[in-house]
Amino acid sequence: MAQFFSQYGALLAEGVWESVYMTLATTAMAYVLGLPMGVLLTVTKRGGIAAAPRFHAVFGWIINILRSLPFLILMIFVIPFTRLLLGTSIGLNAALVPLTISASPFIARMVEQSLEEIDSGVVEAAECMGATRWQIVTRVLLVESVPSLLRGLSISIITILGYTAITGAFGAGGLGNLAYRFGYQRYQKDVMYACIVLLILLVCAIQIIFDLSARRADKRNR
Amino acid sequence: MIDIQNLTKVFNDGSSRVVALEDVSLRVENGEVFGIIGMSGAGKSTLLRCLSVLEKPTTGRVLLDGEDLAALSGGALRCARRKMGVVFQGYNLLMQKTVAENVAFPLKLEKGYDKQAVATRVQELLSLVGLADKASAYPAQLSGGQKQRVAIARALATRPEILLCDEPTSALDPLTTKAMLALLQDINRKLGVTILIITHELAVVKAICGRVAVISDGRLAETGEVTQVFTNPASAETRRLLGREE
Ligand SMILES: Nc1ncnc2c1ncn2[C@@H]1O[C@H](COP(=O)(O)OP(=O)(O)O)[C@@H](O)[C@H]1O
Ligand SMILES: [Mg+2]
Repeated sequence: MAQFFSQYGALLAEGVWESVYMTLATTAMAYVLGLPMGVLLTVTKRGGIAAAPRFHAVFGWIINILRSLPFLILMIFVIPFTRLLLGTSIGLNAALVPLTISASPFIARMVEQSLEEIDSGVVEAAECMGATRWQIVTRVLLVESVPSLLRGLSISIITILGYTAITGAFGAGGLGNLAYRFGYQRYQKDVMYACIVLLILLVCAIQIIFDLSARRADKRNR
Repeated sequence: MIDIQNLTKVFNDGSSRVVALEDVSLRVENGEVFGIIGMSGAGKSTLLRCLSVLEKPTTGRVLLDGEDLAALSGGALRCARRKMGVVFQGYNLLMQKTVAENVAFPLKLEKGYDKQAVATRVQELLSLVGLADKASAYPAQLSGGQKQRVAIARALATRPEILLCDEPTSALDPLTTKAMLALLQDINRKLGVTILIITHELAVVKAICGRVAVISDGRLAETGEVTQVFTNPASAETRRLLGREE
């Protein structure tokens, strides 16, 4: 055991760091894109505060199409775009491009679902008080849904962590890359098992942290 | 003053067509407590939603101080809305905000509001509704009656001319109902705010309303002084509400 860690410890630590880096960077960028997309989906719905049913239908379809592409295919498909953007299509940062493109529509749906949970009466009350649409979005929708958004965030992070394992197999680094190189290419099962254990620990930590913070943020249960 | 002229509201969702209101005309004068009573499904909420511009009339007009509400949009509509406070049956409070934050909400919608002035006003409103000690509580920690008081304080924040209340007591027990009605009466007398109260309970109208409109199946059955209408009912609907069915 001690020998295993002295031999592979640094490698595994680097793998964890790379996985965490890819996951967090992707999550941040995908929320920058996905959060407004989710809000747009919600407000343009029939009966929404900026109802535009046709736009909503078209936009919904685009998101569905993006979501139905398997990540592996999308990753290969966007290689030219990644090259154009970063000058290379391999490495940690290059992986962020397909990861973000894939995660954004997913997050848009997660956000939409969270916003949908809000009682329409609260939105109507804000309208009656003379709130603008922007004020309704920023002061009602995004505030009342915080606990639900936090739970969605934890699901998103875990999903993205899963995606990073796939990019890892394609040379982007991280625990996925280690597991693939040692477990699949060199039949060194011990390293692969260590990677799996580390991934499980990461997922559990994320789940616990966000469950706790969502519960603490929710003013409805006290 | 609210002037409802020949208001008709039809809900048309594809296959089904519901006439929720048909040719309703009535006038609510400044300073009065006006009741609208009718059985469930009579169209009371639809009427109130037309007044608060959550629905647009199919035909007819709703005038607030002579202004056609359906013709307003943007800033003018927001301005008109701030002259009306709405109290909903389901309270519709922000569940993630404290009582004080809920009451401050309409005040903070204004650009460049004065923080100190808002805090003072919130204190004032909470004292008015008897919840000064609950400022930092969350709605989930309050009883139904307390939540409705917060909703009333919030509706009064912008100093509206009129308070529109949709079944403000139907989720409350009789004792709490009594206190709530006393509060509304107090607000009417002290602040001179016109109150329009929608209900299906006779007792509510009898307790605080000066005039009443009886509505049945989307139509106005009769309007008049409460004492007059209830001692000398002119319509079958009123007699039914009074339990004196022929
Ligand atoms: N958005 C809507 N779409 C279709 N029908 C509606 C809608 N809102 C109300 N109605 C119908 O209009 C009628 C009056 O409803 P409502 O105003 O809620 O009655 P009340 O508040 O007196 O119980 C009912 O038949 C109801 O089903
Ligand atoms: Mg109703």
